Amino acid sequence: MPAEPRSLRGVPAEPGVAKPDPVLVVDGVRRYFGGLRAVEIDHLEIQRGTITSLIGPNGAGKTTLFNVLSGFDLPQQGHWHLNGGPLVGISAFRVARLGLVRTFQLTRSLARLTVLENMLVAAKAQIGESLRGALFRRWRPLEEANTTRALQTLERFGLSHMTGDYAGSLSGGQRKLLEMARALMVEPAVVMLDEPTAGVNPALKQSLLIHIKNLRDTGVTVVFIEHDMDVVREISDWVVCMSEGAVIAEGPSAEVARNPAVIDAYLGTHHGVIS
Amino acid sequence: MDVVTILVDAGRAAIGVPAAGYALSAIGLNLQFGYTGLLNFGHVGFMLVGAYGLAITVDRGGSMVLGLVVGIALAVVLALLMGIPTMRLRADYLAIVTIAAGEILRLLARSTFAAPLTKGIFGIQRFANDFFAINPIPNGKYGVGTFRFDQRTLWVLLVGWSFVIGAVLFVRRLLRSPWGRVIRAIREDEDAARSLGKNVFGYKLQSLIIGGTIGALAGMLLAIDQQNVNPDAFIPLLTFYAFTIVIIGGPGTLWGPVIGAVIFWFLFELLGGIMAGALAEGWFGDLLDATDVAQLRFALFGVGLMWLMAKRPQGLFGSRTEMLIDAR
Repeated sequence: MPAEPRSLRGVPAEPGVAKPDPVLVVDGVRRYFGGLRAVEIDHLEIQRGTITSLIGPNGAGKTTLFNVLSGFDLPQQGHWHLNGGPLVGISAFRVARLGLVRTFQLTRSLARLTVLENMLVAAKAQIGESLRGALFRRWRPLEEANTTRALQTLERFGLSHMTGDYAGSLSGGQRKLLEMARALMVEPAVVMLDEPTAGVNPALKQSLLIHIKNLRDTGVTVVFIEHDMDVVREISDWVVCMSEGAVIAEGPSAEVARNPAVIDAYLGTHHGVIS
Repeated sequence: MDVVTILVDAGRAAIGVPAAGYALSAIGLNLQFGYTGLLNFGHVGFMLVGAYGLAITVDRGGSMVLGLVVGIALAVVLALLMGIPTMRLRADYLAIVTIAAGEILRLLARSTFAAPLTKGIFGIQRFANDFFAINPIPNGKYGVGTFRFDQRTLWVLLVGWSFVIGAVLFVRRLLRSPWGRVIRAIREDEDAARSLGKNVFGYKLQSLIIGGTIGALAGMLLAIDQQNVNPDAFIPLLTFYAFTIVIIGGPGTLWGPVIGAVIFWFLFELLGGIMAGALAEGWFGDLLDATDVAQLRFALFGVGLMWLMAKRPQGLFGSRTEMLIDAR
């Protein structure tokens, strides 16, 4: 188990607790699908520079929360801030430019682009991406700088031997790596990973976890959805547990794992059902 | 059956004005469909506004240059009209809207209340005199043997194919830039592109506008050659010809639409020639008359396309490895 980072030491393990240096703050977010309560969060703060795991049984609203925070979905109520700036009603691409980048549960590699193109397309502020820039401006120097950075990142993720391959020809695990590497090209402040280790073999899973830790060590805040409690225990600085749309517990992994509400949510003793 | 005549006729069709016009049209469609993944089923609408923009402007006393500008402006307006309400929706919605928009424009052009401008079902004629007046080519027939064009056709051909090459070079410059990479990323997965900070809506609109403008130029070229615009020339079938050409050449390839158009017209004319020849030789006996043969030509062409799709689904220029990659 990792040592609790100094920044979160002394923060009480209770839902909605305030953190010393929150990068992401969620307030009163309500998302309903018809009569179904998908997300109902009164208050949640994510501490800067930490790895926060978002856990909870299927249908707890984790992915919906990701969709809302990243601008892919619009809640009925509520507001949320990134670095103090409001994100409500801001379209997904602007949210990404502001520094909050998410990945998807089903990997979304750009299949008929090469691995290197997948990386380059994610690079920020390439003037050649505007129509006028493409036709009239000198975008090649930027492209070279981006290529260097992309190749270094691919090297770190062990994908540098396949830069010229179509992303669609990669294995499932390699696509997960590519998606994570690609998200880094956006130079995000916060990365939200939706089940990065799902369906990945154990060896690759270990390497993914190392990459997630490295991300944090370079100052990126990581929020990720995870079902494997071993993984959660191994790398999380903080764990948030959702159930039926609400945050029912948060704290260091050991404390959350002991929390009766969490056990109830997973084992369903509350409802007399064992899932 | 005179094989040489049939081949010469087919060859002439392969580089003829309709081939150039369809090549240009297909280049625009290829940018939208092949590179951006937009299902624009109303491409004929862009050709229509281009042709009518030019014809009406000249008919009303404007110059052809002004007509060109008007045609392009109308194409941009049409792209915005079709795109803004639908671009946020899934691709199939754009397909429905565009096919309807194309038909609305055709019906509008032939309607009585628009007749003061469009001349209704009679259309507008002889609006390209200025274009032919500046033809620098001396009178005569140019070519080898029976493979010849007169100075008028040659002039249209020169201008037409110059536009085709210009359009390919323009599209190439765009596609080899980071802009083109974003466009292809959107084709692969819109949400992924969005999650990487790309304004998908804006890019799709730009692609629709540029492709539509190229389509409008194609409409103008065909109209100039005919010296005639008529609403019933702009039927949805034109869109599907353009799709056929894009698919023959290979969607998402640079020269695919051009080669596709050449092959399309060559084969179409060749098939027509062979069948007319066979009819004249009496090979069909009493089974088929001239009308049947004309119909059968389309059917056979369709069978040929099916064969091509079975054997080379990526088109002639497409890459098979790229084709075989599953979408996700």
